[in-house]
Amino acid sequence: MHVLDPRLLRRARAARVLLVVDAALGIVMALLVLAQAVLLARVAARSFDGASLGDVATPLVLLVAVVAARSVAAWGFEVAGRRAAGDVISQLRLDVVETRLREHPSALDGARSAEVATAAVSGVDALETTFARYLPQLVLAVFVPVAVLVLVVSIDPLAAGVMLLTLPLVPVFMWLVGRHTERRARERWEALALLSNHFLDVVRGLPTLRAFNRSRAQTERIAEVSEEYRRTTMGTLRVAFLSGSILELAATLGIALVAVVVGVRLVEDGIGFEAALTVLVLAPELYLPLRNLAAQFHASADGAAVAERLLDLGAPENACNDQLHGRLDPAPDLATAPILLAGVSFRYPSRSVDVLRDVDLELSPGETVALVGPSGGGKSTLLSLLLRLAEPSSGRIMVGDDDLADLDAREWRARTAFVPQHPTLFRGTIADNIRLGDPSAGAERVAWAAELAGARAFIARMPEGYDTIAGDGGRGLSTGECRRLALARAFLRDAPLVLLDEPTADLDPASAELVLAAIEQLRVGRTVLLVAHAPELAACADRVVRVEAGRIVEPTEVAA
Amino acid sequence: MRTILRLFELAHLPRGRLALSIALGALAVGFGVALMTTAGYLISRAAEQPPILALTTTIVLVRFLALARPLARYLERLASHDVALRALGRVRATVYERIEPLAPAELEPFRRGDLVSRMVADVDALQGLYLRALGPLVVATVVSLACVVAVAAVLPTAAVVLACGLASAGVGVPLLAARLGRRAVRRQAAARGELTAELVELLHGAPELVAYGREEDALARVRHADRELVRLGRRDALVAGLADALSVLVAGLTTVGVLVVAVAAHDAGTLDRILVAALALLALSSFDAVSPLPSAARELSATLASGRRVLDLTDREPRVADPTEPTPAPAGPVTVALEGVTAAYPYEASPALEDFYLRLTPGSRVALVGPSGAGKTTVTNLLLRFLDPRKGRVTIDGVDVRALSQEHVRRTFALAGQEAHVFDSSIRENLRLARPEATDEELRGALRRARLKDWVETLPHGLDTLVGEEGGQLSGGQRQRLVVARALLTDAPVLVLDEPTAHLDGPTAEALVADVLDAADDRSVLLITHRPEGLELVDRVVTIPVPA
Repeated sequence: MHVLDPRLLRRARAARVLLVVDAALGIVMALLVLAQAVLLARVAARSFDGASLGDVATPLVLLVAVVAARSVAAWGFEVAGRRAAGDVISQLRLDVVETRLREHPSALDGARSAEVATAAVSGVDALETTFARYLPQLVLAVFVPVAVLVLVVSIDPLAAGVMLLTLPLVPVFMWLVGRHTERRARERWEALALLSNHFLDVVRGLPTLRAFNRSRAQTERIAEVSEEYRRTTMGTLRVAFLSGSILELAATLGIALVAVVVGVRLVEDGIGFEAALTVLVLAPELYLPLRNLAAQFHASADGAAVAERLLDLGAPENACNDQLHGRLDPAPDLATAPILLAGVSFRYPSRSVDVLRDVDLELSPGETVALVGPSGGGKSTLLSLLLRLAEPSSGRIMVGDDDLADLDAREWRARTAFVPQHPTLFRGTIADNIRLGDPSAGAERVAWAAELAGARAFIARMPEGYDTIAGDGGRGLSTGECRRLALARAFLRDAPLVLLDEPTADLDPASAELVLAAIEQLRVGRTVLLVAHAPELAACADRVVRVEAGRIVEPTEVAA
Repeated sequence: MRTILRLFELAHLPRGRLALSIALGALAVGFGVALMTTAGYLISRAAEQPPILALTTTIVLVRFLALARPLARYLERLASHDVALRALGRVRATVYERIEPLAPAELEPFRRGDLVSRMVADVDALQGLYLRALGPLVVATVVSLACVVAVAAVLPTAAVVLACGLASAGVGVPLLAARLGRRAVRRQAAARGELTAELVELLHGAPELVAYGREEDALARVRHADRELVRLGRRDALVAGLADALSVLVAGLTTVGVLVVAVAAHDAGTLDRILVAALALLALSSFDAVSPLPSAARELSATLASGRRVLDLTDREPRVADPTEPTPAPAGPVTVALEGVTAAYPYEASPALEDFYLRLTPGSRVALVGPSGAGKTTVTNLLLRFLDPRKGRVTIDGVDVRALSQEHVRRTFALAGQEAHVFDSSIRENLRLARPEATDEELRGALRRARLKDWVETLPHGLDTLVGEEGGQLSGGQRQRLVVARALLTDAPVLVLDEPTAHLDGPTAEALVADVLDAADDRSVLLITHRPEGLELVDRVVTIPVPA
């Protein structure tokens, strides 16, 4: 049986009470099944001895009551299980999101965010099996066989001995499960995912395949790859299905052994008919929970796998954690305090190469510095470090006399304005999107910021102007329009430190002109650090710094 | 029903294997019922204390069933998974075959968002139709009928009770479950959508939210959406539990009912006493046949929805077709031209390109510029005949492309650029797409001309280096150069570069364009771009206007 991730079990505490209720209801159901067996055998045995319907009225009424009680318990079992699962899933989802936001706020691109969000909303449904069925079934798998055996011993110890004859098959089952099923099955599921990706890749690449006249050849390839997968998978399944079959064999052999042995003893008058019949009806129940457990094994493992992937995503890669530092100083005044990066390096734990290596850089108050250099050189990472979206792996960032790491992160960020490389358009009105920079801003200031960012004209063209709903489900904006809204946010923020990541990328020349003019306005009295690809943009800086492969090369002085 | 039949047709399922899998399934369930019934009979008969020999046949039967039942189940699981996996491969191949001629113009709506992934998931979901929906349905029907017939032979009134019970558990409860399930899904769909949207926004915009100190607001919104979904989930659990409760109730009451009828019949002298227990046990175990039906019903309705979407796609007719008698293709250096072309995509009313003229003589280098949305990529689609013009014509050496075979048209062009797909495979495999028989020497030549050879040689795995999904392991510049190298590997006389510098910084973009134009030798080049880099290197710049 697979072991649940401890991180997952920790979340299960949220639903501890419900899980206990669920398991208790499962036990009640099991006991009722035993009662049903006893009553059923009693009625049949009495009838065998010639009783009329009236003679067995009492056990019959009891039987109906037991059936009704089982039905109600089954309802409660399902409800408690699903509620517990729902609570755990919700807890997991919120934890992951919170960790992501608080400790590792890096952006995921559009497709990846959609994928993760879908996994967090629908993918985790598979966990329902884990918590609503698999966990309670684990309890039942231990409880029920014991209860059945105790009952059978009290009726006829010899029959209990016969039942136990099949017990050696259980370790065989365990061995098969431990040996083959989990690892191999997981390998096959991974192969299936790869296969699915292969098909997806081919469909996505169809236009390219057609352009090269290679699309027809892929039909055969798809069939071949699938056939190859089928052959190897069937090989695994032949072994994997054995474990389930062994349990089933234990169950059917148990029934047959009981029937035959008890039958022979009946002939020899060694046991009464009612006792014999009761034991027979009980026989299939011995292994039922274990079989159910095995049947839910895969679904449960799938759910746990989804959860683990989500938890991995939420796990902090490079935690920015205020609690790590006892002292939280107020940020010094940026109008007078310079910002100094001293020997700063940064590396994502998942990668083997430093994104930034031993960077020294000073930003004087009121200065505009442009970072240039090839894509992937570490420019955007530098901005992230200054925003404390991540912490340097080594080296220090000093603000005046204070280490940035000692400052209150929220208060520090309140003094910065930021325009990322791919700004997000949040759901809501255009005005609300600009107000991200300052939630309390009135309509006039919003319009002022939009004007400065060169966004006034396109907003005016919208059907409802500033009240137009934008974002998912609303009006879509072009990349350039989106970027100008993000700039408007920065203007509204009115912060002493402004960080701009390629503010003119994807803009047509006229819009770029507007944005450049806006930046000229924005830099007055502020410290500005901007990532620039366009030469015009770099030209508006006081100083240009070249970043290549994580290092600063040849700082160039440019006349302002 | 029609959808089911058409989906079967789509998979070309091996009928023999399907029948075998269903037969084994029915045997497995049937053997299980028979085992309990025979065991009950054996004990009842033994209670009459006949000579042991009289019981021999029954004892042998019980032993046989105890061994046959797990064996049949084992074989059934193998057979049904085999069928499902075969179905998966065949459905994929067939769907691919049908949509291949539709790409890219007809599939344009699917490229937006992640509809491609959904479509692929839909295709994959179809395997469930055979494995988890239809198999259990047929097995349940066959075994239920067999049980009812067997009981009818002994005691018709008990058969009526059993038939009613099996019908309500097998038809009534699944229908109710499916119906309640659908309502639950509908109710939850909106809440799920809302939560997904909040999460996408939060994950994508995390840096901005944190930088602007708005993480608490965003978290509060997510929590709110999550609470709503949990609330609906709780409500639906209440309803879903009802189906389980009803299943238990129906099975239990039916067993009691059969028992009552049997006891009464025995009392009336119409039923042998040794059959009372056997009948009760038969009734009790026969519900194993119908217990998988509620989940099968849900599975069926889900796969049918997927199936309908797949059929909707495979039913489309390609609009571009080969002529019945293609004109022989012009060879060697060619002149290609668009002559007064107006073109529009299917499903879109306004034209993407209007009354456009373009002429590319052998060896010439032409840049096509214009704002985004002006239909620059439409020109590529027209040249490669992914799209036919509404007015005007596209010609190669004066011959209308509609008179040529599509293969010949496409052999004229080598396409590289932003939209060119990089496959999740090795550098070698990606290159050999252009020329499957190319030697490593030729591959290195193409890489050298695309200025990528030095980099590839520094890689530990060289040409066998995997490039990742959509070329994710490569930088933007490397990806574009790989695509260019692939195009250079063909013998095509015309090189079409569709936005080769998108997402590249200025110097990288300039170097790329210069290198490509240099490597093109005597081929003609059409450079489609919205950026200024490289415009000074071409013979002529054509501006494409935005259609009115």
